[in-house]
Amino acid sequence: MPDQLIYAMEVILNGLMAGVLYALVALGFVLIYKASGIFNYAQGVMALFAAMTLVGIMNGQVPFSHLINATFGTHIHYFGWNVPALFAILLTMAVMVLLAWAVQRFVMRHLVGQEPIILFMATIGLAYFLEGVADLMWGSEIKKLDVGLPQGINLWIDESTFNIFGYGFFIDNLDVVATVIAALLVAALVAFSQYTKQGRAMRAVADDHQAALSVGISLNFIWIMVWSVAGFVALVAGIMWGTKSGVQFSLSLIALKALPVLMLGGFTSIPGAIVGGLIIGVGEKLFEFAIGPLVGGATENWFAYVLALIFLVFRPQGLFGEKIIERV
Amino acid sequence: MTTKLATMALGALMAAGPALADLVIPDLSYRTGPYAAGGIPFSDGYNDYFTLLNERDGGIGGVPVRMVECETGYNTEKGVECYESTKGEGALVYQPLSTGITYQLIPKVTADGIPLHTMGYGRTSAKNGDVFSHTFNYPANYWDGASGAINYLLEENGGDLSGKKIALVYHNSAYGKEPIRTLEELSKKHGFELAALPVDHPGQEQKSQWLQIRRDKPDYVLMWGWGVMNQVAVQEAANIRFPMENFIGIWWSGSENDVLPAGEAANGYKALTFHNVGTDFPVFDDIQKYVVDTGKAAGAGDQVGTVLYNRGLYAAMLASEAVKKAQEISGNADITPAEMRDGMEALEITEAKMVELGLPNFGPTFSVSCENHGGDALVGVTQWDAANKTWSLISEFKATDGDVIGALINEDSAAYAAENNIESRCN
Repeated sequence: MPDQLIYAMEVILNGLMAGVLYALVALGFVLIYKASGIFNYAQGVMALFAAMTLVGIMNGQVPFSHLINATFGTHIHYFGWNVPALFAILLTMAVMVLLAWAVQRFVMRHLVGQEPIILFMATIGLAYFLEGVADLMWGSEIKKLDVGLPQGINLWIDESTFNIFGYGFFIDNLDVVATVIAALLVAALVAFSQYTKQGRAMRAVADDHQAALSVGISLNFIWIMVWSVAGFVALVAGIMWGTKSGVQFSLSLIALKALPVLMLGGFTSIPGAIVGGLIIGVGEKLFEFAIGPLVGGATENWFAYVLALIFLVFRPQGLFGEKIIERV
Repeated sequence: MTTKLATMALGALMAAGPALADLVIPDLSYRTGPYAAGGIPFSDGYNDYFTLLNERDGGIGGVPVRMVECETGYNTEKGVECYESTKGEGALVYQPLSTGITYQLIPKVTADGIPLHTMGYGRTSAKNGDVFSHTFNYPANYWDGASGAINYLLEENGGDLSGKKIALVYHNSAYGKEPIRTLEELSKKHGFELAALPVDHPGQEQKSQWLQIRRDKPDYVLMWGWGVMNQVAVQEAANIRFPMENFIGIWWSGSENDVLPAGEAANGYKALTFHNVGTDFPVFDDIQKYVVDTGKAAGAGDQVGTVLYNRGLYAAMLASEAVKKAQEISGNADITPAEMRDGMEALEITEAKMVELGLPNFGPTFSVSCENHGGDALVGVTQWDAANKTWSLISEFKATDGDVIGALINEDSAAYAAENNIESRCN
């Protein structure tokens, strides 16, 4: 088999894995848009906030320590204990639920009935506010995140492919784990929305707010629940990306990777986010491999959007999105 | 009523009277945003050194230093706003810590007559003081960095790099592209094969580049990165089991921030430098005594001795030495920006001077002149010890390829001079 073809196969596999990571971020956007029609600009910052909170709790860091020290002249930074990863994840989830309640109570509740663009602008404000709070709460230094996920080359895949092709494929163990977690997450989300009372209520709110209200579904409760689930998805994305690069403020920029996925997969479909992520991941990696060297490289960022735009021309609602029909 | 009038008159008199003399040094810092992790330690080091001079020596030449900090967020527009809002306070020198802000400020500082010091960043050809009258980039610039890396590899390979493959992983921006021309010229001269691999901003996803490195198997990888790109690159290099001792970053890819997230896997990674690392210098005892222990440290006071803190401290030391030189030349303790520029242009850093300052072998010895605003271009190499979480200087500060770099600087600065009708001023 020609070398280039073998290399292309390796690139495709890595593209699929990268796509899963993009999809993890896109899922958070989809959940909130599906339930409330809000494009949550703050989703990337929520991933950052969740990851910073997780590391802070694990390391026993005192939240707002800089502020406390500056105000009271103290020198406290750490409690002096470390929290096990699993317990820290549970505590972080609790913080994300609290955040969801605060968003609903202090922002969204006051904007019910407003135009979608107003709600979108509110999430822009929320993103910057949350970034500032995260900075104040946990500091801006780069932190190592280690929740015990494996990293580095998967030796089994390396050896297996070497025996077949005479060239061992590189697949990162972290990407393999991310794929398994993403599959479980999607299965759980689908099961939740299809088979639980709260999930059905969420779908009812997504279909028609007024009708949902008329049968006694609490909008407030549903929206807190949706923002909590989006916060949980943000935490998962934050763990995966934070393990790769350390937890730092650039983590919020992963949202940029989710936009072409959403354009392609549709804003309202969970499977769409996954399939969109995979197409974008494979497409951008293959293009960089085949065409990148001819045009000076660094094609991935813009090519992802080109790919998404091509799909948009033929399916404006995205591959799996719901067709928008507005009657005059 | 009479008392009130008398009080108002006294107040007006005090306001109209001569202000107490001080030396104004603006600090265009970035303590917020995605690059804060790099901006905070530099700014802390820059501020702490001047605080030390104020607390221990009563300032410089008896005149206290007044720091004016302005947050740029590493944003070029905000950086220019900071410059405009602080220059009127009698600013003596600007250190913007951003190549983007530097490019915007070069024409402004030239028009306003205020010196600009861009240490290890900014426009490389500003080394030509004949063209760039108010911009200084001593002790080293990006092209010195590129040449310093190749010289180090030449030493590692017995003076012969012919047939070797060297990959450059770079931030796909004006900053990241800086070394390419120099490395291309050096590859012709030394016969190594160069492969340039751009990484798009911010650099969180680099799988394609590192798969290519795994396929092509270069002997060495050089990196021109910043921010998250550095941490991801070090992790990806570890993932593909690229030998860390053959991976060398520019000085903006060589702080604790860049290697700590990868943990043990980053052990052996190298970075170029133009100053020493660690706290094993007498000046740090004074920093502890006069600044940290008295609660006057900038920021949280937890950055002392980190690579970027030391860089900020070194920049402040060079600025304060230029102030002393300016005071010496002009005979004034309270100098003007024009006198500061003259001081910078006559700066000479010797080992004896650094010993006197409590900074023995902290940086290269060099001198500045009207023609040469970049110093003697000496570059060293540091290496990361993951177990002890420390950087060590593993080479002396050594000369770079002046023939290749000099020709490139002359070419670029001549083009700038022609575009802006700048006439030779140093003859």
